[in-house]
Amino acid sequence: MKRITIEPVSRIEGHAKVTIQLNDAGQVENAELHVTQVRGFEKLTEGRPYYEMPGITARICGICPVSHLLASAKACDAIMAVRIPPAARKLRELIHYAQFVQSHALSFFYLSSPDLILGMDSNPATRNVLGIIATHPELARDGIELRKFGLQIIETLGQERVHSSWIVPGGVKSPITPAMRDKILAELPHAKQIADRTLQFFKSACDGFKDDIARFGCFPTMYCGMVNAAGDLQLYDGNLRFRGVTGDIITDQIPAADYADWISEATLRNSYLKAPYYKPQGLEGMYRVGPLARLNAADRCATPIADNELVEFRQRYGHPAHSAFFYHYARLLEIMFALEKIEALLADPQIVDEHVRANAGVNSLEGIGMIEAPRGVLIHHYKVNPDGAITWANLIVATGHNNLAMGKSVKQVATEYVHGDKIEEGMLNRVSAVIRAYDPCLSCSTHADGTIAMQVQLLSQDGKLLDELSR
Amino acid sequence: MKKVKVATVWLDGCSGCHMSLLDMDALIIQLEKKIDIVYGPLVDTQEFPEDVDVTLVEGAVSSQDDLAKVQVIRQRSRLVISLGDCAVTGNVPAMRNSIPVNKLLQRVYIEGAQANKVVPTDRVPALLKTVRPVSEYVKVDYCLPGCPPPSKNITGMIVNLLEGRKPEANLTVKFG
Repeated sequence: MKRITIEPVSRIEGHAKVTIQLNDAGQVENAELHVTQVRGFEKLTEGRPYYEMPGITARICGICPVSHLLASAKACDAIMAVRIPPAARKLRELIHYAQFVQSHALSFFYLSSPDLILGMDSNPATRNVLGIIATHPELARDGIELRKFGLQIIETLGQERVHSSWIVPGGVKSPITPAMRDKILAELPHAKQIADRTLQFFKSACDGFKDDIARFGCFPTMYCGMVNAAGDLQLYDGNLRFRGVTGDIITDQIPAADYADWISEATLRNSYLKAPYYKPQGLEGMYRVGPLARLNAADRCATPIADNELVEFRQRYGHPAHSAFFYHYARLLEIMFALEKIEALLADPQIVDEHVRANAGVNSLEGIGMIEAPRGVLIHHYKVNPDGAITWANLIVATGHNNLAMGKSVKQVATEYVHGDKIEEGMLNRVSAVIRAYDPCLSCSTHADGTIAMQVQLLSQDGKLLDELSR
Repeated sequence: MKKVKVATVWLDGCSGCHMSLLDMDALIIQLEKKIDIVYGPLVDTQEFPEDVDVTLVEGAVSSQDDLAKVQVIRQRSRLVISLGDCAVTGNVPAMRNSIPVNKLLQRVYIEGAQANKVVPTDRVPALLKTVRPVSEYVKVDYCLPGCPPPSKNITGMIVNLLEGRKPEANLTVKFG
């Protein structure tokens, strides 16, 4: 028995390691993903006033603090039992789409493009964003500018790029002025050009990755994403839909308030990351969330360019598409979707309305906020006492939902690529690359569910981990 | 000219300081000519290298792993900079310091799960009793406070060091 450790798993947002066990014949016996950090926000927020929760929980993640601010503010809206002003809702959506642009751009250009452009087997010393700058300066500049476009919207609205305090219970702190709106609109066409250029490039490159597509976390699962009543993709507000392995809708229109009827969490002995599962199927109820899962779950995007792209994607790769490699594709498609949504919101005259905040005290002792973060469904659930102090909190973050599927993907890639007689760096990089495809935010996952040392013990074909879980 | 070897490390924090570092935007294109990032979340190095010129440490020291890391970092780095409030003071992660570790784990893994209720113990690093700033364990040469430190402060520090100037302490700081 031989054990290979990949530590740290690089170019991901957080701390993780992978252990691969080989048997005496040099074949992969098991592979596990371990998340190795823990924070315990559910516990450390006890006793805090509910209105501090957006500011505290934003510190779960510096990449998508806007997601936590929004989910937290929505939970607080529910505690206050207010309906926020229409312009506030639109402004929250605007900053949310801006965050999708910057977060997805970070994942694709800064973290994953070195694998896709320089090659999975290229020299690890230069297989990073500086290597892209040195060899593909136009692509690097596109990535920098697209990320910057999203962050500048966040900065324009919230005065800060990271950990803004602009999103508050009841709405947002300040309106957008026509001048701010016009400045964003002036830069939008350039951002759309970059998004389109990158998407077309990626599509043409996919044929070169046929092997990886077939082996990168390519297995049927359920997909969970937020939709409206018409089945359109939703990111800020909507209900959950689970779509099954063959494309049938398993459950639809689950409101935030009912999440616990459908999603439960299991603890793994060897991981700090808990494993959510689809409750009606028990521990076998593996599902995925995030860009690919959203596009699989929804019927359509309901914006023109993204919908054209979605039709083409489904023609080429089916619906649902099962390879985790397509998370990259879906991410680029969602950048375009977000840019189209930004354009539509800014064209709405109501966006500049100055009434952007509702005020109230504690009117309900419990509140749940649910959104689609860039990496998938994010749920903040709080209980308070009549004075508004938190008595109980639960957070389910995107990366947690993908825990079981990431583990299975790591096992699949390790089994396909790693053989004991000669271990090459490129093999091990592919194991890391499949984790990158999910764009796991281990910062989020570790803070939220308490701890974040995550060890995903992969589901072997003989189902060892499931056995353990089912005890 | 020989490139300056820079490492970035992320302990118990949110990565917001790393994002603020990247918020230099296109300046990174110019820096690429002057620095090598030899370790950190953006690159593929598996082991912290010997002979690093500058290491930026984001995050507080929270687990046994974090503690082992800061000691290696100190031994192998000419300059160690605490990047952001978690590294400088403990900040939000240190909010757990009044809670016994076993109670925290109990809340998350036993009370906070519906199946398989067990506190993870297999090959996960143990939490330290309290979350501490980096400077409580190793000597820190400079601090960049803020949550996160403004991007211009981080790039200002880097540019100053590249040009051989001692960083100044008159930076604008964002608290909270």
